[in-house]
Amino acid sequence: MNETLLLDPTAERAPAQRARLARPASLEGKVVGLLDISKPRGNVFLDRIEEQLATMGIEVKRYAKPTFTRIAPTELKQQMAAEVDLLVEGLAD
Amino acid sequence: MTTALPDGLIVVAKADCPTCRLVEPLLAELAGAGALTVYVQDSAEYAAALPGTLYDQTLEHSYRLGIEFVPTLIRVENGQEVERTYGWHKEDWRALSGVPTLGEELPVMRPGCGSKTLEPGIAEELELAFGDIRLQSREIDISSADDAIEACYERGWSDGLPVVPPTPVRVLRMLKGTTRAPDEVVGLMPPDLVPCTVEKVAINAVMAGCKPEYMPVLLAALEAALTDEFGLHGLICTTMFGSPMIVVNGPAARAIGMNSGVNALGQGNRANATIGRALQLIIRNVGGGRPGEIDRATLGNPGKYSFCFAEAEDSDWLPLAQERGIEAGRSAVTLFPGEGVQGIVDQKSRDPESLARSFALSLRAVDHAKLAMAGDAVLVVSPEHARVFIEAGWSKQRLREELERLLLAPGAELVAGAGGIAEGIPERFKDLQVPKFRPGGLLIVRAGGTAGLFSAIIAGWAASGPVGSSPVTREVTV
Repeated sequence: MNETLLLDPTAERAPAQRARLARPASLEGKVVGLLDISKPRGNVFLDRIEEQLATMGIEVKRYAKPTFTRIAPTELKQQMAAEVDLLVEGLAD
Repeated sequence: MTTALPDGLIVVAKADCPTCRLVEPLLAELAGAGALTVYVQDSAEYAAALPGTLYDQTLEHSYRLGIEFVPTLIRVENGQEVERTYGWHKEDWRALSGVPTLGEELPVMRPGCGSKTLEPGIAEELELAFGDIRLQSREIDISSADDAIEACYERGWSDGLPVVPPTPVRVLRMLKGTTRAPDEVVGLMPPDLVPCTVEKVAINAVMAGCKPEYMPVLLAALEAALTDEFGLHGLICTTMFGSPMIVVNGPAARAIGMNSGVNALGQGNRANATIGRALQLIIRNVGGGRPGEIDRATLGNPGKYSFCFAEAEDSDWLPLAQERGIEAGRSAVTLFPGEGVQGIVDQKSRDPESLARSFALSLRAVDHAKLAMAGDAVLVVSPEHARVFIEAGWSKQRLREELERLLLAPGAELVAGAGGIAEGIPERFKDLQVPKFRPGGLLIVRAGGTAGLFSAIIAGWAASGPVGSSPVTREVTV
């Protein structure tokens, strides 16, 4: 059976497209995570972001995936979710 | 879309069908005798040489012609069907086509095959594509998700357990379980007070895992839940434990295979599990009653996944639905704002007086031993306990009256502060004999396995009666 179309079980008061989390109005008081997916030179990009955030007085935590070829380990995802309010990751070389 | 039928003869065939292959050589002869249209359900090769042959790949023509068997031969005059036959019956084909020598070499008769339009899964697809039914719910394309069940979780449609993805085909099948129109509004669904249609009920029933035949029970339960007396809105929002519990009586419970016996209040029976769950999913998805949002339950109870069972009806004890006004032989649901299950272990009482005292003492614990006329309660009496009463000639009503008498308590023991406990009833009851339950607040049902001198108390919401919730019984109709 084709399962790509589903009928909405709700009262349809929310948009069909799932809403993304709202962007924070300000970074003040927030902790920003920087995730290096372990692709070459990702660190250059993230280092620069860290510098800029640091000058704004924003707390930064750094993380890295063991390899870009696999999704992040569950433990790492849980750790990041517990420790930061926002996460930035660099996707390309 | 409706189109006039082509005049002349129509043959609907399937290349896969031996009888269709048998008659294939005759089609040229039929074409020679007049206008012939051949609809082939499964192939572009069958009778391909004839100009009137059409590969009915979408099966639209077959569906609109209402084909049940192949081959089917139809004669059309002035755009209207006048006659049809199916399978190969030499005399019928000759009479219908007007070709008196048709199929001289063929046997007198050969049965045909089933039409492709009726194959499992296809019939519903065709009805959705070409039928009269129009489902109103928004279609959500999840083709980018790799797993439909995960997509349902991500959208917040689940109670925490996996749901069956509500595809249009599954929903259509579910709607076959009721004669009610998909767009009929069952009521305003709290807490958001939005109209809840039969179609939305069916979608959530699919997700809960219901069979279509459960729909009448589910719809009756929802109607009962939506009455003013039941007070679902407050029940959803309360910080207390309660949530709708469904007790089913009558032939419908047996027909759909509900469990009233061993482990009746537990897991393992599809109808029990999914009817109760469907009602909870409707509350969640249609009504918007989600825990942590409008559902403010401090602790909740496991019955908020699902709480539905049938009474083990016994000729000596009046079933709950009949006590509540439903005619014998009819089916009904009774909605109760149930909390969890509290067991009563009494393996020693062999006479009704002792067992009734045992029940009464245990029933004092509803809400709090020092509270009275707050929550209602359902006393679930197991067959072994029920036998003690029945053999002594006690009806359900007699048991209830004895319990009400035994549950009268001196107000002085229950008032706030008595016994060194701040909780309790108001001081003004100090000199009165106080009943534990409000009038009509104690319900008795018989259920459970035949071994075990155990019964159970299901306490109700402490806001009972007109201020909160009263039990509501509703007959099950189609």
